[in-house]
Amino acid sequence: MNVDGTSSAMRWTFRVSILVLCAWVLVPIYLLITNTLSSPEEVVSFPKKVWPSFNLESISFFINFAGVGQALWNSVLVACVTMVFSISAGAPAGYALSRFDFRGKSFYRVLILMTRAFPLPLLALPLAVLYIRIGLDDTILGLALLHTMLALPFAVLITYSLFSGIPVELEEAAWTLGCNRFQAFYKVIFPLVLPGLTASAIFAFVISWNEVFGAAVLTIEHRTLPAFLLQGLDQAPLHLKFAGGAVLVAPALLFIFLVRKYLFSMWGIANR
Amino acid sequence: MQTRALPYLLLLPSVILLGVLFLYPFVLVAWQAISDDAGQLTSAHFSEMLGHWKFNTAFKNTLYLTLAVVPIQMVLALYMASLVTGMKRGRDAFLYIWTIPLGISDLAAGIIWLSIFEQSGFLNSFLVTFGINEQPETFLGYQNKGTIFLAIALAEIWRATAIVLVILVAGMGLIPKEYQEAAEVFGASRWQRFTKVTLPLLKPSLQTALILRVILAFEVFAVVAALGGTNLPILMGEVYQWQFVLRDPNVAAAFALVILGISILCTLVIMWFLRTPKGATI
Repeated sequence: MNVDGTSSAMRWTFRVSILVLCAWVLVPIYLLITNTLSSPEEVVSFPKKVWPSFNLESISFFINFAGVGQALWNSVLVACVTMVFSISAGAPAGYALSRFDFRGKSFYRVLILMTRAFPLPLLALPLAVLYIRIGLDDTILGLALLHTMLALPFAVLITYSLFSGIPVELEEAAWTLGCNRFQAFYKVIFPLVLPGLTASAIFAFVISWNEVFGAAVLTIEHRTLPAFLLQGLDQAPLHLKFAGGAVLVAPALLFIFLVRKYLFSMWGIANR
Repeated sequence: MQTRALPYLLLLPSVILLGVLFLYPFVLVAWQAISDDAGQLTSAHFSEMLGHWKFNTAFKNTLYLTLAVVPIQMVLALYMASLVTGMKRGRDAFLYIWTIPLGISDLAAGIIWLSIFEQSGFLNSFLVTFGINEQPETFLGYQNKGTIFLAIALAEIWRATAIVLVILVAGMGLIPKEYQEAAEVFGASRWQRFTKVTLPLLKPSLQTALILRVILAFEVFAVVAALGGTNLPILMGEVYQWQFVLRDPNVAAAFALVILGISILCTLVIMWFLRTPKGATI
């Protein structure tokens, strides 16, 4: 490309756009952190300072607030159960889709893709009725089952793309060397897909950790953190909301950082 | 062995989950919306829903919000995705920053934008400190429906553009470079290459992104709860109200069917509108 006036102007628009868009994403998060690291008085004072005073009163008030510890624990429990369920049901399906041709394969794929055309949080309504009938109402397990339904399509699609990326010849080589199907999978394929499996497990964790509507509908005593915060929105003091928001955001940020590589392969395959 | 049975065995757990937790509950919720306690068909729940003064407002608000948010997100994500493809260095770092909101829940996004728009928030501090306003405004008060709507729309654009970006970047990665090069050889300008090569080939990704975003926009809930409380009724908020505050699961189910109906309708329209002609795949 030649270095004339227009192309240098274009380069500058290019750079400025990138920086403006970064600021657009990062500044609101920074402002939340500023609020969280300010004392409760500073949060409601006016006009507000842009720099945090690194006062930990708000955050310690939040952590010691009645019910928060329990809600945090419930959130972690539900997310872990969701993680286990969605991977243990999703990974075998992903493997089957990548390795076998069988009748009903395309029907199954349509079913999985169809789940995305439905507003899944609405499932909470019929499940609330169903759970009362079978005694799963207001339980960690019941909520985790709903979250599994939200995470399962992703787990199937990610593991499908993972297994498809590993040549079947590796498995066949293991068979000729005397492994049976299970041993070949366990000794050869499993170590290769482990990082990807971890990523899709983390993704399931984040889906469950962030889910609000279903958690608010399905739990009363066993609130998760988002449901707890939602319930308190109209009466909780501001510093409690901000500290709660920050606690909600922090682990999710870390997790997205860990799985960033897989986000794109996942959506690449999900398009077809 | 059993090789014929093996794939079905492997699919079984997920099929059971899909059946019990996806297909069956949707039948159940539909039945809940159209039957009474004695198991007789009735349209009472629907007429109660339609007769309630909030229904029209909630329906319109949800629709306006979708119309305000989704097109901006699509254009913004397209712009971001084309910036990413033009990058030589730092691609991964910028992509990570731009996809951060992907990990942020709608409730947290609402709380984040609350810190900006509340009365003692950062926007008011900015406006007063720089002498643009003399008094802080109540942007989120019940008398300021316009600014509540704007705050919610901004929070939604901020939060959920990332998912569109990821889908589009993944889609652009599937387009062979040769097509761009060929167009360049034939003298196509940057803009022509974008509209004549990239956009048509990106159709499947655009379709996926649009369907996903429209459906998520109809489900908007926690952002609105955090920023507007009950001042700006939306459909999902009404489902929650009827289920929890008014304790009428049947009317809540009727609302749910409305959301389900418009979601499916929009999915079909988008699929038809952005269909890829047979044999035109990459």
